Amino acid sequence: MGEQLVETDDLSKTYGAVRAVDRVSLSVWRGEVYGFLGPNGAGKTTTLRMLAGLVRPTGGTATVHGDQPGSPRALARTGVLIEAPRFYPYLSGRDNLRVVARYAGVPDRRVEAALDTVDLAGRGGDRYAGYSLGMKQRLGVAAALLKDPELLILDEPTNGLDPAGMRDMRALLRDLGERGHTVLLSSHLLGEVQQLCDRVGVISGGRLLTETTVDDLLGQAGLLVRAEPAAEALACLERLVGAGNVASADGAFRLRTGPEQAGRVSRALADAGVTLTELRPLERTLEEVFLEMTGDGRTGR
Amino acid sequence: MTGSFQAEILKLRKRPATWVLLGVTLALELLFGYVLPYSSWATSDQNFQTQGLDPQAVLAGTLPAELVPTSLGGFPVFAGALALILGALATGSEYGWGTMQTALTQRPTRLAVYAGKLAALAAAILAVVLAVFAVNAATAGLIATLESRPLDYPSLATLAEGVGSGWLIMGMWCGLGAVLGFAFRGVALPVGLGVVWVLGVENLVSAVADSLLTGLRPLRDLLPGVNAGSLVWSLAPGGGASGEPPPGVIDAVSGGRAGIALATYVLGFAVVGALLVRRRDVA
Repeated sequence: MGEQLVETDDLSKTYGAVRAVDRVSLSVWRGEVYGFLGPNGAGKTTTLRMLAGLVRPTGGTATVHGDQPGSPRALARTGVLIEAPRFYPYLSGRDNLRVVARYAGVPDRRVEAALDTVDLAGRGGDRYAGYSLGMKQRLGVAAALLKDPELLILDEPTNGLDPAGMRDMRALLRDLGERGHTVLLSSHLLGEVQQLCDRVGVISGGRLLTETTVDDLLGQAGLLVRAEPAAEALACLERLVGAGNVASADGAFRLRTGPEQAGRVSRALADAGVTLTELRPLERTLEEVFLEMTGDGRTGR
Repeated sequence: MTGSFQAEILKLRKRPATWVLLGVTLALELLFGYVLPYSSWATSDQNFQTQGLDPQAVLAGTLPAELVPTSLGGFPVFAGALALILGALATGSEYGWGTMQTALTQRPTRLAVYAGKLAALAAAILAVVLAVFAVNAATAGLIATLESRPLDYPSLATLAEGVGSGWLIMGMWCGLGAVLGFAFRGVALPVGLGVVWVLGVENLVSAVADSLLTGLRPLRDLLPGVNAGSLVWSLAPGGGASGEPPPGVIDAVSGGRAGIALATYVLGFAVVGALLVRRRDVA
């Protein structure tokens, strides 16, 4: 698959008696957009903080770009935005990025490019304290991009954005992925992750439940059928795909079969004298899978 | 570390609080060092600061020859308290705003970020000390001209000794503020505790050790403020030409010992701060 930019092995963090992150082993490969999913309090942010070198693990190991998290070599190639953006309220957005540029050792000319990228060039001279939540979030992304990093670690980057801002952020992240940046993205917006990510890791109660591709996680596709009369339709469908592969819910039938069987289903129902009112491919959403895996989506860490 | 230093300088330079503290320091230095004594001399009207003093001595304290003791007179107490506030603001705010996270996720190591901050604070404190000496020198020159007295400024060596001592005293108080900011990860508590210590506890302990419990003197002689006051005393014993040492300027330990004690405090604060920054998680 190429080079691993992030690798953790049994990574753990304990606060007193609370095990916030419990033996998490994940890997992020160069060029992929990796979604890190989990309910609130699942351990996502703590894991990302460890990868950024802000929090020291109490167990296990982690490497970023092959180096220890938080080392200058790892940080030089990593852009980080964890939780809310953190800037100096008395400085303008532009001056805040200048401060970050000095820390990062990048020239000031990158500041304007970064402001342009997140559509803040026109408001760069305004005080950060006066920014809206969405503008603050965009400035946070601009700061993360300032180093033109190979790896971006973004924790809930669409927090606080309005729908247009979320759409723009998704486009930006998609663009970054297409340009070869590696993105480790934590989010609880599952639709966003489904649209953007190549692979996902699902964490709950501090434990990584699975790490796989989005396609694998969503599993086998199916067909949704609505037809009248229902009894004849059910009998016909059970004969066609087997009783174990038909489930009825809300006046519709869910068939566990591939979408290529749609024509066969349509013909069989017509031959049985059943009126077909709806026939479409059925896919599980990431939200459904996520809720199945994590219970009701809440966790008591 | 250069990048961290430049980032810290930019933050300090653009922060309104930095300029407010500088302005207040200069204003208080002028008020207690020159305005009140000279107005007493000019009006032959004694105020709380000049009560019982020889008017000629009061005027002498405002002339260029006394630039060093007059400038340093406020450093052990009120200017020191302001330096402490600057240190606490510079470090504690980083936790209040969460910007420590921003700084630590760029390129430099934690210790490089920390060293850059210390270096920037040291530079800022030096600038404050130089500004105090410059404004006071101009004021003393103006008074000498008005009173037709000679413009006898101290030698460069004396001035350098005065600036160095002032830098050490203010740097020590700023270092205490900075380390309290790191320790408490905020601004309010470090400023409150620090100011209570500088303005209250040090004076109380000194007063008790001088009168009620002389057995406390060895302990008193270890206090940072007492050593700061002793260093100033060593440069102008007895308060210099004015004959009255300002509050906090005392003859407790020798100048050499006071200098070593202050340098030890600066080093100790720097080491404790480094340990706190290096070892603790940043949430």
